[in-house]
Amino acid sequence: MPTVRIPTPLRQYTQGARTVSVAGSTVAEAIEDLEHQYPGIKARLLEGDGHLHAFVSVFVDGEDIRLAGGLATPVGAESEISVIPAMAGGDHVPIPFRPA
Amino acid sequence: MPAIGLQCRKCGRQHDLGPFYVCAECLGPLEAVYADAGGNPETLRARIAGGPRTLWRYADLLPVAYDPAVDLGAGLTPLVPARNLGQALGLRHLYLKNDSCNPTWSFKDRVVEVGMAAARQFGFKVVACASTGNLANAVAAHGARASMPTCVFLPRGLERGKLLLSAVYGATIVEVEGTYDQVNRLCVEISEEHPWAFVNVNVRPYYSEGGKTLGYEVAEQLGWRLPDHVVVPMASGSLLLKIAKAFGELQRFGLVEDHAVRVHGAQAAGCAPIVTAFQEGTDVIRPVQPRTIAHSLAIGTPADGRDALEVIRSTGGRAEGVTDAEIVESMRLLAASEGIFTETAGGVTIGALRRLAASGRIDEDATVVAYITGMGLKTQEAVEETLPETVQIPSSLRAFEAHVLPRLDRFPAGTGNAARPVGAEPARGGG
Repeated sequence: MPTVRIPTPLRQYTQGARTVSVAGSTVAEAIEDLEHQYPGIKARLLEGDGHLHAFVSVFVDGEDIRLAGGLATPVGAESEISVIPAMAGGDHVPIPFRPA
Repeated sequence: MPAIGLQCRKCGRQHDLGPFYVCAECLGPLEAVYADAGGNPETLRARIAGGPRTLWRYADLLPVAYDPAVDLGAGLTPLVPARNLGQALGLRHLYLKNDSCNPTWSFKDRVVEVGMAAARQFGFKVVACASTGNLANAVAAHGARASMPTCVFLPRGLERGKLLLSAVYGATIVEVEGTYDQVNRLCVEISEEHPWAFVNVNVRPYYSEGGKTLGYEVAEQLGWRLPDHVVVPMASGSLLLKIAKAFGELQRFGLVEDHAVRVHGAQAAGCAPIVTAFQEGTDVIRPVQPRTIAHSLAIGTPADGRDALEVIRSTGGRAEGVTDAEIVESMRLLAASEGIFTETAGGVTIGALRRLAASGRIDEDATVVAYITGMGLKTQEAVEETLPETVQIPSSLRAFEAHVLPRLDRFPAGTGNAARPVGAEPARGGG
């Protein structure tokens, strides 16, 4: 299963867990499963309209999903999904949330 | 006076002072908040004038108290009237803020002195950074000064001079496979698991405030007035933002007359996400994969891009992208016209200035300040192959007269070569 690295400010939702194993074959599905396990965390990642928050960056195996397929970027069983506060090269691109 | 707290730039939530850089609520960036520095402007001006000849003369306006352990004397660099370059560009009142005259030859010494003072205050024992080179040099040198171990993370393939400088001060240098943006992401992850001060990550709200001193100094050096235009290089966009913030504070505190400054931003065309957004008239900044010789500006996802864009637009400035060829030409133009050898980032700034002047965006009588943020020897690879060969002669007067003198004929006797910048129009009249 893919794992998600949780940034410090969001560990309040994961009972302090730094990494969480999730089900899903895209970033969007992984976020849905994360929300299922830890209700409330999705609203910290996505805007109400399903776009990634302005100050959240997501990387799959080190690649910024904005330079890949956005939230539709595929994830494999070994993938590491990193959620990073976007000051680490932040931007404000609305990426459409496309649920599976 | 030190900051009294941190505030989220996005949702406005207040946070206590500490090594925090994002809002616990919305992950927005945090900004230092001060008690009102109001009061008598004359008193504040006198305190500044009586302060040290470093950036710490502005301690009243910085988020942390002066810390002698990290003082290498950064700041108060020359503001140089640039008559030759000004003449070439048709600008009568052009000034260069030569910040290559800092302890490690770039403006990063400013932000590092402030950031490391904060890091020490918070009790960190190891100092680190994600860097495109200049910041690593500054962290390494200041770490040596403060007897603190330093570890700097760089994308592979930077200029040799920048690696050498970090190494000689004793830093552990980690070259990371990937772009700066990937290095930065790694540093965020490390900072969350290990108690290190990453100056541009977990102490960023303090560190970045050091950039304001480039605004204060220009105003003070102009006799406590603001210029009409400034041209600032942009990587993350933070420096432009902080210079504009400084100008705003000086007006609010009554240290200068209210005056509209047009703030222009410069990027390399090969990494110009902010310029692209400016040209497209949007506030959406699309990440790019950097491809430019201006490595120190090669940030494809600028953290403060949108805020920088807002400053540029609201002040009536412009964002200009400069090709690699223009960067090299501009580095040579600046060196040959003013005797200032800047690195590629300075070539970007001068390239943007040339574009602004050529397009008539700047009135010839306007007071213009271009920020030269780093020194040329660190990126000598960029120009070395464009320079003329040496003249090689035997040790005879005849050889000198046969081979050397003819080459100097292009300069009128006694005028030297300063009036003939590379690529400039021939000098007009007697100046």
